[in-house]
Amino acid sequence: MTQLALVIDLNVCVGCHACVTSCKQWNTSGSAGPLVDDLPYGKDPSGTFFNRVQTFEVGEYPHTQTVHFPKSCLHCEDPPCVPVCPTGASYKRKVDGIVLVDYDKCIGCKYCSWACPYGAREFDEDRKVMTKCTLCVDRVSDAALPAAERKPACVLACPSNARLFGDVHDPESGVSVAIRERGGYALMPEWNTRPANHYLPRRRTGMTIHAEDLERVDNPLKIDGKQPELPQQGAGREDYAT
Amino acid sequence: MNPAFSVIFLTTLIGAGQGLFLALFGAEVAGYADSAPGARGFLLMGGGVALLLAAGGLVASFFHLGRPERAWRSASMWRTSWLSREVIALPVFMGLLFLWTAGHAAAADWTLPLGVLAALAALALFLCTAMVYASIRFLQEWASTFTLVNYTLLGLASGCTLATALAAWGAPSLVWAYGACALACTLAALVSRSLSLARNARLKPRSTVQTAIGIRHPQIAQRSMGFMGGSFNTREFFHGRTPGALRQVKWAFLLGAFVLPLCLLALGLASASAGLLALAFVVQYLGLLAERWFFLAQANHPQNLYYQAVS
Repeated sequence: MTQLALVIDLNVCVGCHACVTSCKQWNTSGSAGPLVDDLPYGKDPSGTFFNRVQTFEVGEYPHTQTVHFPKSCLHCEDPPCVPVCPTGASYKRKVDGIVLVDYDKCIGCKYCSWACPYGAREFDEDRKVMTKCTLCVDRVSDAALPAAERKPACVLACPSNARLFGDVHDPESGVSVAIRERGGYALMPEWNTRPANHYLPRRRTGMTIHAEDLERVDNPLKIDGKQPELPQQGAGREDYAT
Repeated sequence: MNPAFSVIFLTTLIGAGQGLFLALFGAEVAGYADSAPGARGFLLMGGGVALLLAAGGLVASFFHLGRPERAWRSASMWRTSWLSREVIALPVFMGLLFLWTAGHAAAADWTLPLGVLAALAALALFLCTAMVYASIRFLQEWASTFTLVNYTLLGLASGCTLATALAAWGAPSLVWAYGACALACTLAALVSRSLSLARNARLKPRSTVQTAIGIRHPQIAQRSMGFMGGSFNTREFFHGRTPGALRQVKWAFLLGAFVLPLCLLALGLASASAGLLALAFVVQYLGLLAERWFFLAQANHPQNLYYQAVS
């Protein structure tokens, strides 16, 4: 069974919010209607977004790290928001595991948002229905698009390639390999929601340089002062490097 | 959580309605209906009041919906959703209550078996209403058996207090029995609600900012939630009151829903004053509004971990 998901690389996310704006742009222009922007130029603007980038500071000054943390629906494999829906408007697609809301069935009771520990759902104050990340279902399943563009808008927009997209149930997919080899983890594992989206941890980048890395201790010139032989040249020995 | 008044009115009104009906039905089981000439008239009047309370709750619930015109859809997922079960149980209870009341109006002889069904529906409705909250496992303040016990006992307490006040007016022979029930239920509710307050005070949140973003470091501070204006996440899940205000509401409901009604009930019973008994119900209902507000506000949603600093 396919389970489409995002894998977000916290090691390279620079917190530019390109995924936020591209998500908003794509999803506000879609067939489901615009995502509300209440007083966008007023004193207290508010709006519906499917994706946010938050910033956390880890450690104590001066030994701190700034972690930019993109947050959207995690498309849980056991989504607690789905069984609580009284109308069946919230559902998880069998074919690719995307958790969606049927905007025509939603009664706007907000109970599903209570049942999501991650706060991934946002109520649309204009349409009066619950909305959430669709994993750009209208892009990823659109056969009219070139294969390279059948990805969520946020993934295409990310300038540092911090967002990977693929099937986490396929052990050979890029996302599965990234999760496996780079310690990909799920958020709030204590609630057993089994999020499909994973996060790749920050990596320590640094190196230790020893003196012998800069100067070879076994350099033959230091032993007998003789220059190495010139390569034998002639027919069949054009590869001078040997 | 940010308490919604629609939910507060829904749960308190139907709770009182269910409690009142159960009190009335208790009297019928005890053989009250045929004990006196005006007995059925009292049951009829009480049934009407219970029906009004439940209808008031139903109307209040519609104000919670963004799309009330689609409310009929909410009965469809009863296999998985406690909210859907509540949506079914409430009209079923109201329908049976209406038939039971109509039966007394027609002096029919089938009101007792019908009352059994309505009583079962009332109990099922208590279960559904409480499970709507108790079934969300990560709202630790709600996910407890106390939620079930409290909703039932508080509904019974307010229903019995109302029954006492109504009896003082229309069925004097029942006043002492109802008064004793109201005192017992209010006292039991006080004990159970206090125990749940003590439990919630000791709760240790299972989610922390460390598990929320998956970074194991003792010192993590949010520097930006990603936007400076509000959003659904900051409006729906934060009550925006100070801890001091919350404590005041707690003492207000402990006083209003339990202590004052107990005193007023005792005084009203001792002085046989219908006015004091009616006042006991009014005070207790207002106290229950505060209790429900506090119940909703006290729940700490784990999503709040992501919304700790604007920028």
